[in-house]
Amino acid sequence: MSSIELLTNKEYKYGFVTDIESDMIPRGLSEETIRLISEKKNEPEFMLDFRLKAYRNWLKMEEPQRWPNITYPKVDYQDIIYYSAPKQKPTLASMDEVDPELIKTFEKLGIPLTEQKQLANVAVDAVFDSVSVATTYKEKLKKHGVIFCSFSEAVHEYPELIKKYLGTVVPTNDNYFAALNSAVFTDGSFVFIPKGVRCPMELSTYFRINNSESGQFERTLIIAEENSHVSYLEGCTAPKFDKNQLHAAVVELVALDDAEIKYSTVQNWYAGDEEGKGGIYNFVTKRGACRGRNSKISWTQVETGSAITWKYPSCILQGDNSIGEFYSVALTNHAQQADTGTKMIHIGKNTRSNIVSKGISAGKSNNSYRGLVKVLAGAEGARNYTQCDSLLIGDKCGANTFPYIEVSNNTAKVEHEATTSRISEEQLFYLRQRGISQEDAVSLIINGFCKDVFRELPMEFAVEAQRLLGMKLEGSVG
Amino acid sequence: MLEIRDLHARVEGKDILRGVSLTVKRGEVHAIMGPNGSGKSTLAKVLAGHPSYEVTSGEVLFDGKNLLELEPDERARGGVFLAFQYPVEIPGVSNAQFLRLAYNEKRKHLGEEELDPLEFKDLLKERAQIVEMDAGLMSRSVNEGFSGGEKKRNEILQMAVLEPKLAVLDETDSGLDIDALRIVSEGVNKLRHADNAIVLVTHYQRLLNYIVPDYVHVLYKGRIVRSGGKELALALEEKGYDWIKDEAEESQPSAASA
Amino acid sequence: MMAQATKEKSSYRAAFDAMQAEDARCLPAWLLRLRETAMERFEQVGFPTTDVEDWKYTNTGAITKGAFAPVEAGARVELGAADVAAFLAPEASSRLVFVNGVYRAELSATENLPEGVVVADFATAFAGEHESILRAYLARPSDPEVDGFNALNAAFLREGALVYLPRGAQVSAPIQLLFLSAPATQTAAVFPRVLVVAERESAATIIESYASTDESRSFTNAVVEVFVGENARVTHYKVQRESEAAFHIAKTNAELERSGVYDLTTITLGAQLSRHGIGVKLAHEGAECWVDGLYLVGTGQHADTHSLIDHSSPHCTSHQLYKGILDGKSRAVFNGKVFVHKDAQKTDAQQSNKNLLLSNEARIDTKPQLEIYADDVKCAHGATVGQLEEEELFYLVSRGLHTDLARNLLTYGFAEELVEKIKIESIKRQLDEAILNRLHARLEV
Repeated sequence: MSSIELLTNKEYKYGFVTDIESDMIPRGLSEETIRLISEKKNEPEFMLDFRLKAYRNWLKMEEPQRWPNITYPKVDYQDIIYYSAPKQKPTLASMDEVDPELIKTFEKLGIPLTEQKQLANVAVDAVFDSVSVATTYKEKLKKHGVIFCSFSEAVHEYPELIKKYLGTVVPTNDNYFAALNSAVFTDGSFVFIPKGVRCPMELSTYFRINNSESGQFERTLIIAEENSHVSYLEGCTAPKFDKNQLHAAVVELVALDDAEIKYSTVQNWYAGDEEGKGGIYNFVTKRGACRGRNSKISWTQVETGSAITWKYPSCILQGDNSIGEFYSVALTNHAQQADTGTKMIHIGKNTRSNIVSKGISAGKSNNSYRGLVKVLAGAEGARNYTQCDSLLIGDKCGANTFPYIEVSNNTAKVEHEATTSRISEEQLFYLRQRGISQEDAVSLIINGFCKDVFRELPMEFAVEAQRLLGMKLEGSVG
Repeated sequence: MLEIRDLHARVEGKDILRGVSLTVKRGEVHAIMGPNGSGKSTLAKVLAGHPSYEVTSGEVLFDGKNLLELEPDERARGGVFLAFQYPVEIPGVSNAQFLRLAYNEKRKHLGEEELDPLEFKDLLKERAQIVEMDAGLMSRSVNEGFSGGEKKRNEILQMAVLEPKLAVLDETDSGLDIDALRIVSEGVNKLRHADNAIVLVTHYQRLLNYIVPDYVHVLYKGRIVRSGGKELALALEEKGYDWIKDEAEESQPSAASA
Repeated sequence: MMAQATKEKSSYRAAFDAMQAEDARCLPAWLLRLRETAMERFEQVGFPTTDVEDWKYTNTGAITKGAFAPVEAGARVELGAADVAAFLAPEASSRLVFVNGVYRAELSATENLPEGVVVADFATAFAGEHESILRAYLARPSDPEVDGFNALNAAFLREGALVYLPRGAQVSAPIQLLFLSAPATQTAAVFPRVLVVAERESAATIIESYASTDESRSFTNAVVEVFVGENARVTHYKVQRESEAAFHIAKTNAELERSGVYDLTTITLGAQLSRHGIGVKLAHEGAECWVDGLYLVGTGQHADTHSLIDHSSPHCTSHQLYKGILDGKSRAVFNGKVFVHKDAQKTDAQQSNKNLLLSNEARIDTKPQLEIYADDVKCAHGATVGQLEEEELFYLVSRGLHTDLARNLLTYGFAEELVEKIKIESIKRQLDEAILNRLHARLEV
């Protein structure tokens, strides 16, 4: 007699649509579309070349449908609008000129943009459909030499940096979705932390999909020069539509000698309804290159949204003594599917990686951890430790663990441990016997299960993440 | 305060309680004794509302209300406390966090204001002295990596914080060495007063040297077969359970085959 | 490449057609049909390539290109009892010996068996009263995911070993099934097949051995099927020590009835390329299996183990412990999957793969997988890759041991857990020797 069974999910609170006039291009994808996007963005020649090269690669590639543990109907790439931007003045002198409708939208999402209300210690780049609409604290950051702006702006203002780094971590032919993104990406964030600078505040990008017909293809590039440090966080939401929408982003991180990048994600795209209708296909390529000695890249993700999540934030540990970390909480409920994990490629000597993955499956969802730890022949003294735990709620969901371990160096030490269990009746009863309600008891156990990951999130967002998990599972245990 | 009338209960299709009746009044301490498998722990779990146990007939009144129709957490907020025989480990959830949540749930239930973490910390510190509990254990995960004695002490600490009307202590003495037994018992004695009641479930008389009961009941094959004062426990200690068993078989020959 | 594959297939086809014609009159029709279907299946799928996820780390190109051909029925290698003595497990009181896939009655022993227990080669069984057993188990609808190797084995199903334990039979002494390679040519392909049927409450120990008489090249493609009845217990050792020029592809499938127990231990020492696929189906309540093994490889060797433990019924338990010792320029692959179906509540599945890399040219690819669709389960897996602990080494050396000796001791210690599990003294001894030889060879380098 199990008291654990699934009821309904709480209403997705970010599911509203902003009524705003948009500048859209016709649906469909061709070289023509790409030229049009590039033209709209008034891009230099090298960008168009980059896009066209990617597009030609993409045409030759195959959608990865065999190995991931996910199923979905074929995406019609000709039925997507690849550019949709709210109509507003092309260049804005100050935040006051941003369409008040947009300001209101982001405020509703908990991201105040106007100067009076800005978050105290977080600079925000707000991306709405295909374009960045505002970036806060830009000037203050500039005083420290930190560049934080929209990707489009960076293409114009810092073309040399873009040319030098774009596509060097995730090449245009890396995989199907990365190639697509490279061809059609419209905006995103650009971060540059110069030598020796510790970024004085958290940087954050908030992605919002609004248009029901468009996909979102953003690009993020973060460069941390020697001995610099930055902590970056992204958040994302989308309205509720019955139709599936594609989100194919690419994130590239470069850390030079002694630099450290901490990249956190709280992903809450619309997940579709209980039956799996609608929701975002979140097909994302995120990769960081620890190019310098003693560099460090740390990924932390809390994945609770999207109909399908396909992402493997990775670290290429090139520099000697470099460190890669991956901390993940992935929650799936109802009909959601997630195939997520990481890749740690050990190339340099004495490189270290640490993976902590916590998967929670509820409803009839399917949650897979897929991770690769690869130690190349030259990676003397490489170390990896992986801990993967899965928690099941209800008997209609699936929890899978697919770790790939490839070791070609005998001084390497790799350890992988995984467990799968369910919330135990005894734990629940114990908490309830002390007067804690069933729902609070579940949320307490889940937060305890995820603690090792939450600890890695910037403080401001750890609370948000805990709340989000509680909300997503509310009513799911009866 | 507690009135159990002809209670029958089963677990996994097996009848364990076959007609238990018991009345406990405010200020009283009752000891339930009996050989292994007699249904002692089942009685404790049924009172707390464990989902695996099914009540097939009988009733339980707590302060005049039907206890059996309440959810486990409602019973707890209403003042029923069970000290578990095997306290469960809950990784990642700190003892202090958990206890504050439980404490505040109870206060909310009573219409009182919740305590903030600092206020609660003071309260916890004060109560921890009752069971000589190391403050360091408060920041650790609930029961995780606790020794057997620490787990039991933690149970009594929770009792001290939650101040239940009725505390059911399920084999709280088992697995304790003599020092730990003394600490736990003294803790319970400090919490004993005219307004609450305690039911001790135990196999051995040893505990009753420290916590002196007003009444002793012997449970055998799902029924209370004998009740008496604290001297009954001493008689059991001396003669074992066999004479009670024989007596019970004689007076109720059907019990064995039921 | 395509042309190569086609040519390869057709060379098997010619041998196949000849065999079918030859056997048309002496073998049952169902078998001929089964072989024909399997041959068609093989021609359809071919040998697996590294594009297939399950063969990602093992390239079978050398077999495809190896121009292997099935050994002709008449080809006979002169081997006497003295020649095979070294390969026999003295603990076994009954045995079947096959040389290049051909049954050799004069080297075998099938007496000393309890009433009703059958240990027989297929030819004898086909002709006798046990034909129905072979038919019932061999002609079952085949797994749709059968790969090219398994299909090819079924296509050339002719000789094989049948072990039948009737209800309640207890065979105390082990039964040995010895498959010797002593090829006269460098292109001999043999297709051993074993069928073990243990009826309710029976128990036996099977030793399945593969060995080569010399250093020649050969291709063994074996399929072993084990059916463990209600409350029956089968203890199974597979010891593969073929020549380091050999190719060894094998599949072991087991199905367990209610409360059946299957305990498999595999020892992989030989072959330049070996692949052992294991599939255990726990489809009835209370079944329990152990799938343990050790692979010990050196320069030029590639050993691949793929296991699938399929929990489809509640209250089943599986244990897996695989250890690998890799030396020289060797490579090993471990891919263990535990699949827990929706209704398999209270499953307890443990899996562990530990690897010791003794050389800086060795490579290991390990992929322990859990796929779980039931919620009330206890599943855990772990994998480690490492070398000898410097601290431990230092400790031993500081006590006066020579460094090499200390290394040997620790390596041996690593394998100990598995060696200890083996209850057959002669296998244990072989393993001891293999480990020590390997270490010894290392010292001479």
